[in-house]
Amino acid sequence: MSAVQTPPARDTAPAARGFVSRRQATVAAVALLAVAWGFLPEFTVVVATYIGLYSLVAAGLVMLTGIGGMTSFGQAAFVGVGAYATAWVCTSPMAVAALGGIVGLQGLPWVGLALGLLLTFAVAWTLGAVTVKLQGHYLPLCTIAWGLSLYYLFGNMDFLGGQTGITGVPPLVVLGVSLASPRALGVVVWAVLLLALWLLHNLLDSREGRAIRALKGGRVMAESMGVDTARYRIKLFVLAALLAAMSGWLYAHMQRFVNPTPFNLNIGIEYLFMAVVGGAGHLWGAVLGATVITLLKEKLQDVLPGLLGTSGNFEVIVFGLLMLVVLQRFADGLWPTLARWGQRVFRDVPPRAAAQAGTLAQRTLPEAGTVVLEARRVTKRFGGLVANNAVDMTLRAGEIHALIGPNGAGKSTFFNMISGVDDPTEGEVRFMSQAMHRMPSRDFAALGLGRTFQHVRLLGQRSVTENVALGAHRRARRGWVASMLGLDRAEEAALRAEAQRQIVRCGLGAVADAAAASLPLGQQRVAEIARALAGQPAVLLLDEPAAGLRHLEKQALATLLAQLRAEGLGILVVEHDMEFVMNLADRITVFEFGAVIAEGTPAQVQADPRVLDAYLGGEA
Amino acid sequence: MDVQIALLLAQDGLVNGAVYGLMAVALVLVFSVTRVIFIPQGEFVAFGALSMVALQAGRVPPTLWLLLALAAAVLVVEAWRWKRGVTVDWASALVWCVALPLAAAAMVLAWRPASLAGQAAATLVLITPLGPLLYRLAFRPLAQATVLMLLIVSVALHGVLVGLGLLFFGAEGSRTPAFSDARFEVGGLQVTGQSLVVVGVTLTLVVLLFLFFGRSMIGKALRATAMNRVGARLMGIPTELSGDVSFALAALIGAVSGLLVAPLTTVYYDTGFLIGLKGFVAAIVGGLASYPLALLGALLVGQLESFSSFWASAFKEVLVFTLIIPVLWWRSLRSHHVEDEE
Repeated sequence: MSAVQTPPARDTAPAARGFVSRRQATVAAVALLAVAWGFLPEFTVVVATYIGLYSLVAAGLVMLTGIGGMTSFGQAAFVGVGAYATAWVCTSPMAVAALGGIVGLQGLPWVGLALGLLLTFAVAWTLGAVTVKLQGHYLPLCTIAWGLSLYYLFGNMDFLGGQTGITGVPPLVVLGVSLASPRALGVVVWAVLLLALWLLHNLLDSREGRAIRALKGGRVMAESMGVDTARYRIKLFVLAALLAAMSGWLYAHMQRFVNPTPFNLNIGIEYLFMAVVGGAGHLWGAVLGATVITLLKEKLQDVLPGLLGTSGNFEVIVFGLLMLVVLQRFADGLWPTLARWGQRVFRDVPPRAAAQAGTLAQRTLPEAGTVVLEARRVTKRFGGLVANNAVDMTLRAGEIHALIGPNGAGKSTFFNMISGVDDPTEGEVRFMSQAMHRMPSRDFAALGLGRTFQHVRLLGQRSVTENVALGAHRRARRGWVASMLGLDRAEEAALRAEAQRQIVRCGLGAVADAAAASLPLGQQRVAEIARALAGQPAVLLLDEPAAGLRHLEKQALATLLAQLRAEGLGILVVEHDMEFVMNLADRITVFEFGAVIAEGTPAQVQADPRVLDAYLGGEA
Repeated sequence: MDVQIALLLAQDGLVNGAVYGLMAVALVLVFSVTRVIFIPQGEFVAFGALSMVALQAGRVPPTLWLLLALAAAVLVVEAWRWKRGVTVDWASALVWCVALPLAAAAMVLAWRPASLAGQAAATLVLITPLGPLLYRLAFRPLAQATVLMLLIVSVALHGVLVGLGLLFFGAEGSRTPAFSDARFEVGGLQVTGQSLVVVGVTLTLVVLLFLFFGRSMIGKALRATAMNRVGARLMGIPTELSGDVSFALAALIGAVSGLLVAPLTTVYYDTGFLIGLKGFVAAIVGGLASYPLALLGALLVGQLESFSSFWASAFKEVLVFTLIIPVLWWRSLRSHHVEDEE
């Protein structure tokens, strides 16, 4: 058919190989759509407008599902809140009488929009807050229940017209122009959609976007980088819900009536199909998915009743099967395939550098010799098992302290205790002279703790630079709105510069732009160190940093750690490589069976009979 | 409301709660063993009930064709995997893809049972193998995926099955005759035989499951898998076995629930979904992990539904599904530090 049927995407624009950037192609496609809009047949315009409305909802789901690692089956209910809010404000005699005098009849839809967004915000925030501490699958389950509840609520509220719904919703009037026809309203719908995509694109390309992506990479890692994962999860869920409510508002003024059916759970599931089929990790995937599902639904509703000899909601069978195939075979949806074609056609543009890099927060490091981290009689029990038994340990600024011991000695548990991942059953952890009882790891990060993980936790698909920049999260402060509007460019440039500095310092300069997962394991460990350093920590906790490194790489790592020590960092290392530890560490603490059996300089520890016993096996 | 009505409502709630309890047990079982949040659980209820209706009307239940088609599809998949060098456990494949489907076909097409018990048995044989077959087609290829991904697959499968339900059984609802027409009067309260059957069967099933998990080797293997997936696999418990058995049990429990509710309420092709979701609310009370708490939750859901249908019948469903919010809030009070997802 026409250009409108496909998203205004990279593949639709006229492009010579390598001469056009993706941005230019997108702008060209949008311009093409705008020019063609006036000449398209009425039916196409209506379908395209619906696609725009659905894409708006699906874009929210892309942010949730593919990028944030959450999901929702209840987005249709939020669309319903947006639609019903404006329908009620614009038609209820009470609301019209109360508000009409103040804002005028033409102002009512705007009050409706505000009310819809407000209600949606309240509901989404509540659902998010209730489920945020629980495992990830509780939120989607909650959205199923909520989606059903709301559907029944719409159908049973007399003031919302029950099952019949509300008729006589007025058209939007903007600057005296009535947007009654789909051709007029469609322009607004697509303008809103494109604006939303632009804002979301900016958001993802920022410090906040990195934090959002980190949610999917595991919450422990994100928290250790100083990200308040609970807050980000709630905000992301609210953002997706607001996009849905916005779509509902436009929908009500396009349809001019509302009833409960389009806000049912089935439709909520259909929205998720759109996001997943299109490509849940890509914003344009939402538009692609909405287009595919909408056109397919149209077609199936024509064909299936004849084929099956009876009418009903049978397209769901096809959608469900399609979804199963996509999830099993193309887990990333259809968009990446298109994007691969695009790679051959489009020129890659290096990211814009800001004219002026901003500054990042700087930390004054404690003086060498001060105690920075202290564990007093730390005990951890898991049921009957005592993983740590009254462990005492201190770490001073400007020293390298190694934690050694056989496997299962309780080193990892202890690491969790002193980094806020878990709480001791008894005893106390003090960090930078503060009692850290029940403090989350992000508070440790804020006070200057940087750490790496025994099992590498990087965002494999993102570049090394992006991963390292996440480490500096707490040193910048621009929020979601600023990022969306692109007001964070100076700060972002500073973050990237800092990331680049740490990458070069750790010897990864050559692979800065490579996807983290493409690096060998040893280099991934070093990338984690760079990420920790980007936070300008006072204390560095390294969990087996030398594992998987070759001899020369180990030497380079030892040099780096010695240099950091000279700069005044306190470094705690868990390591099995004795040569590495003995040559580097100032002091060593030896664990066995959850308790400290020796502590002292490498020479002292090496001479300790209990240590020899533990490592070499004593006479029985 | 007087005592009489309250008792009647409580009885009603208990009967419904028993069915939700069965759902909840099946959901906890499937989730703890396979990490699948099995949204289509309710579809087994509708399929079971409506297949029974078809058998009683002397028609061939269309679920038989679904069973045969799925069995053929799984056989093809297994053959394809075998050709690609994967070790295929043909014994279990033949049980689920050949033996049971053939038994079901024989019972439905050749035997055509006339007794209530015979029809019930045929229904169970018909529905139970659907569980493992669906598992092998939809979930097994994604055994390593996240819980979230499996949940999305689950919802997609639910869509497919509800659509098929509409295609098979039409939009009209049906009821079956009661297993027992007896009526008793206990202290002025009317007790129907059917409600005793429901509660009795539920209790029996729960006890049987308890024995199965406590005593039998397979039951212990499932429990081990639920506790530690990797550990269980290292001990030689095949992932496939745990998937097959837990889904078969889920389908069996679903079909039994279908037989139990069909005489009590009109069952439509999509009735099962709501029943299953109420089971979910109950299972969530137990954190999708504890069987006793899930059963307790089911009783709570049953009572809430029963009493709210008296006071605010229009908002019955709203109240039941909104219960999930305070429950989740209560559960989240107990967690402090963030944990990583599987």
